[in-house]
Amino acid sequence: MVSLIDMPQILPQQLPRQNDRPAEEAEPATVMIDVRDLDFAYGSNQVLHDVSLDVPPQAVTAFIGPSGCGKTTLLRCINRMNDLIENARITRGAIHLGGIDINAPAVDVVDLRRRVGMVFQKSNPFPKSIYENISYGLRIAGVNKRSQIDEAVERSLRGAALWDEVKDRLDTNALGLSGGQQQRLCIARALAVEPDVVLMDEPCSALDPIATAKIEELIQELKTQYTIVIVTHNMQQAGRVSDYTGFFYLGRLIEFGPTSKIFTNPAEKRTEDYITGRFG
Amino acid sequence: MIATPSIRRRKRSIERIVFWAFRLGTYFVLLCATYIFLDIGIKGGRTVFTKTAPFVNLKFLTEPPQTLYVFDYQGKKMELSHREFRAWKATHKEEVDATSVAYSAGGIWPCIVGTALLVIGSMTVALFIGISAAIYLSEYSRDTRFIHFIRVAILNLAGVPSIVFGLFGFGLFVIFFGWNVSLLSGWFTLGLMVLPAIITASEESLRAVPKGLREGSLALGATKWQTIRKNVLPYALPGILTSSILGIARVAGETAPIMFTAAYAMRDEMPWQVSHWTNFFFQGVMALPYHIYVVSSKIPQNEYTERVQYGTAFVFLVLVMLIALTSILLREKQRRRLSW
Repeated sequence: MVSLIDMPQILPQQLPRQNDRPAEEAEPATVMIDVRDLDFAYGSNQVLHDVSLDVPPQAVTAFIGPSGCGKTTLLRCINRMNDLIENARITRGAIHLGGIDINAPAVDVVDLRRRVGMVFQKSNPFPKSIYENISYGLRIAGVNKRSQIDEAVERSLRGAALWDEVKDRLDTNALGLSGGQQQRLCIARALAVEPDVVLMDEPCSALDPIATAKIEELIQELKTQYTIVIVTHNMQQAGRVSDYTGFFYLGRLIEFGPTSKIFTNPAEKRTEDYITGRFG
Repeated sequence: MIATPSIRRRKRSIERIVFWAFRLGTYFVLLCATYIFLDIGIKGGRTVFTKTAPFVNLKFLTEPPQTLYVFDYQGKKMELSHREFRAWKATHKEEVDATSVAYSAGGIWPCIVGTALLVIGSMTVALFIGISAAIYLSEYSRDTRFIHFIRVAILNLAGVPSIVFGLFGFGLFVIFFGWNVSLLSGWFTLGLMVLPAIITASEESLRAVPKGLREGSLALGATKWQTIRKNVLPYALPGILTSSILGIARVAGETAPIMFTAAYAMRDEMPWQVSHWTNFFFQGVMALPYHIYVVSSKIPQNEYTERVQYGTAFVFLVLVMLIALTSILLREKQRRRLSW
């Protein structure tokens, strides 16, 4: 992985990168995100009940389930986007990223979010040029060297399979791109700051089948470098892109395991009912 | 039930009456506006424009007001400004019986400058405080009872009559702070007066920026302030500018807040003729609305004062329109660049 030399080291001790974690660490190397006994509530309305799961590194993990089952809430817990919502809080349990409790007081949420990128359901390119969109994350992190930014812009756009389409118009407004291109731009923007984890909240829900296929293909390529967690409504999509699947229902994790097992031989009746389209 | 022809006819005539009532209401407003603009345009135009080149009465626009002397000389009616009259007397030995009319010769240049300075200063004060307050209210504050109270207070502040602001400014800035009648007192008094409008409109423009842009920025590891500065405020500024258009017109137009705090009826030096640069802030200035007030109510009225009254009002209207036009053009340009 290319390292950003001039970028301030993100959480130097607290959140070691996957590769250089000390060997004596209790956490097994096969767990990137460790969600343990998690309860989450908006005010008095509890939306997650006792959720525990291990997200493995360099793989795609999908959260599926009917609307309102808490899968997006869990996703937004991982980069603490829920901090923005008044009265929303984790009431029990913890999430560890690379062995570090992300809600510990010593953890800087800004550093956490730089390590855990996010792609939103509604693509949200900034009304700036394509170049400025990609360089945004680097600039706010204090990277000012033009050559370094140029290099990162090209690498991220290539990483998001968008480079060939936009390389001649990096200075045009990102809002002029098509819906699918906008979403890939958002992925490229997230990749530019070199996160370890990329969270995707229904990234294809507003896209046509061709754009969706491109993004799914992209996810397959990205998982060699990044840990990807994707929330999706589309069960075929979960089946196609993910290595692990968690099925949520009414705020509880019903079943979690390798995608092939969940889709062909689920242990729970409710999982089977949902996957075969009997409800949801 | 099917309506009988007579009912149908009655309905139709009611329909027509209502329609005409609304229509006449609109026409009445239009008529009033047209009358005002024509009256000021025609009578003021006589003062501001001339029949010979350069067709604009440059004296009126570039000179300070002077006293006008009117007298008969060898059967000819003479109208001379104070300075011209002195020069004339030096070359003519005859005693003449001249009538003097205050402020009716010369021009209104110091008033234009004074109003411009008041507008620039007070809008700077109002935009700085207003945008800061709006950012706090819409981005940082949580929805508590105290914040609710602040919002109500701001709304109420918008309804306070301008004369009350004038007296408040007089009490606080002029007397308590000891700034005397000065630009600084005027800036803060006028600034406070338009503050509620600017806060309210700025808050609305900030809220109009999609939430996705904030989340997208925060998710990339931006701090809250970085997000606001780089990804919220730039998109809200066109809207904030819109609100300041009305603010400018109001700041330029109000007489009551400045009559105790910043305005002089007459001043010979221009604002930049100060002994030390710090004195710049502590000098009173002439201003267009106050000048109109003075020439219309503080001196005996005659045909000569009418000229300057209408002339000043005309220039004043044109200036405010120009300011508004500039802001609108600026806003349109910004808007074309930002659309989502």
